[in-house]
Amino acid sequence: MDNYGLFYQFHFYLFGIIAIISAVTFVTRRSPVAAAMWLIVVMFCLAAEYVMLDAQFIAAMQVLLYAGAIMVIFLFVIMLLNLGEASDITDVRGIWGKLLAGLVGLVLLAEVGVLSRTGIPAGKFVVGRDFLGHQLTKYGAVGAIAKPLYQDYSLAFELTSVLLLVAIAGAVILGRKEPTRAR
Amino acid sequence: MLAESLALSAVLFVIGVIGVLTRRNAIIIFLCVELMLNAVNLTFVALSRYYGMAGQVFVLFVMTVAAAEAAVGLAIIISIFRHRQTVDLRNINVMKG
Repeated sequence: MDNYGLFYQFHFYLFGIIAIISAVTFVTRRSPVAAAMWLIVVMFCLAAEYVMLDAQFIAAMQVLLYAGAIMVIFLFVIMLLNLGEASDITDVRGIWGKLLAGLVGLVLLAEVGVLSRTGIPAGKFVVGRDFLGHQLTKYGAVGAIAKPLYQDYSLAFELTSVLLLVAIAGAVILGRKEPTRAR
Repeated sequence: MLAESLALSAVLFVIGVIGVLTRRNAIIIFLCVELMLNAVNLTFVALSRYYGMAGQVFVLFVMTVAAAEAAVGLAIIISIFRHRQTVDLRNINVMKG
């Protein structure tokens, strides 16, 4: 269906494998700081994959928002709560938790196997082959995503501001000290 | 590259699910949720080549929701820590029946 060069394929697989290895390392780290650092590696690899999938603006947002802002909040909270060192006792669940997790993982991977047999459903929503490249050359990386964002999805975009406002209010209320009259 | 992207996304999602189910540290569980959101974003981006720009627009929305979720979730974790001096879910079982 697609014919990409060997260079492209090699780097696609390379970043994919780095992402998977980093993700496995991430869930097995005991220290939250090490886990957060490995998750940042996963996010950078995903940003590289986004660039290769013609989503340059999303890749930039991935680095700025996820690896930059959100992970900094996490590291800030880890520092604030002084959780940097790994605890002596492991925090991994016992045998039943592992069995359950393995079972759920197997079920999800089996679903992937089933879904991989089905191709892309051809319908009225499928766009042309070089649609994305055409959009990118016509509007640029930012314009191509800004046009649908501010035209077709402007209502959802405005509602996002309400969500953020609620999140800010919730974080402030949850984060402040307990009022003394409540006790 | 669609099949490879979707497979990578599925594997990352499964790793996130396994992390949520096996770890007890609340912060690491939150990080695993972020990993799952990232995996879904990869699916959106990969499919946006075949279904138009809407996929990439939704990635932006997912990122916004992830930011809001991180802010509120970490505020909850901080207030739990203030009461219990721990983020280990073994010690946070007041709502257990």
